Amino acid sequence: MTLIDLANPTRFLSLTARILPWLMAATALLLAVGLYQSALAPDDYQQGATVKIMFIHVPNAWLAMFVWGVMSLSALGTLVWRHPLADVSAKAAAPIGAAFTFLALVTGSLWGRPMWGTYWEWDARLTSMLILFLMYLGLIALWRAVEDPSRAARAAAVLTLVGAINIPIIKFSVDWWNTLHQPASVLRLGGSTLDKAFLIPLLVMAVAFSLLFVTLHLAAMRNEILRRRVRALQMQQASQPRR
Amino acid sequence: MTMSLGPYAFFIVASYLAVALVVLILIGWIVVDYRRQTARLRAFEARGVTRRSGRGAADLP
Repeated sequence: MTLIDLANPTRFLSLTARILPWLMAATALLLAVGLYQSALAPDDYQQGATVKIMFIHVPNAWLAMFVWGVMSLSALGTLVWRHPLADVSAKAAAPIGAAFTFLALVTGSLWGRPMWGTYWEWDARLTSMLILFLMYLGLIALWRAVEDPSRAARAAAVLTLVGAINIPIIKFSVDWWNTLHQPASVLRLGGSTLDKAFLIPLLVMAVAFSLLFVTLHLAAMRNEILRRRVRALQMQQASQPRR
Repeated sequence: MTMSLGPYAFFIVASYLAVALVVLILIGWIVVDYRRQTARLRAFEARGVTRRSGRGAADLP
């Protein structure tokens, strides 16, 4: 099956119906393994047991940025290739991305209080993540505010691509500015500085959350296709002459 | 084996609960939305409204 085949919403729905149960099972299994490993991970010599927050904070933060990346690719699909599922993909991903960003902010705040002595600091990393969350909310509001789906799709695609500038700012904020937030310790030149006892559960949780995103995204795309089918039928019914 | 969370147990437990709650809300929202859309498509089908392709409104894979 090629990408062109998937451009057909009916084929996409058929594929989704086949793979969603497998994805759900794989996500649940990997989440269970990741949570078990996180529970058994030793305390950090500096942070104590609060290091366990890392196993959920970091995957949520990575996905907050990754989902915007997915939406940026979808935006290109809308503007350049006019792929029928591109806007469906972006619109379905936005609430999920907003949820991951919210969770990165909340878990970061709950980690920050015992480690930094404060829930919040207006530094570059935290502020740029908050801006990402507000951009997600802005995009969701835009889709809801514009009634014509094709106009909403183009406007949202442009806004998504403009907002993509925030992703490298978030990633490199800890290198460019003074911040309370620690610098990158996993995705960095020269390899991870994390001990295997922390790195393995973290990577398992990252894969589990990535699978969770793929599962939720496909299910939300299926819902969006059905919503557009309902809208088309409403328009069709409204345009039929009354007898 | 028992797991000790030390003096910051509240922050650790609150973090995991927040993630569980938001993920459950996301899953619930998607499930409810799917049921709502399929119910609306079935209602169209019951009224005899079909898609332009000739397939039934609620004709799902």
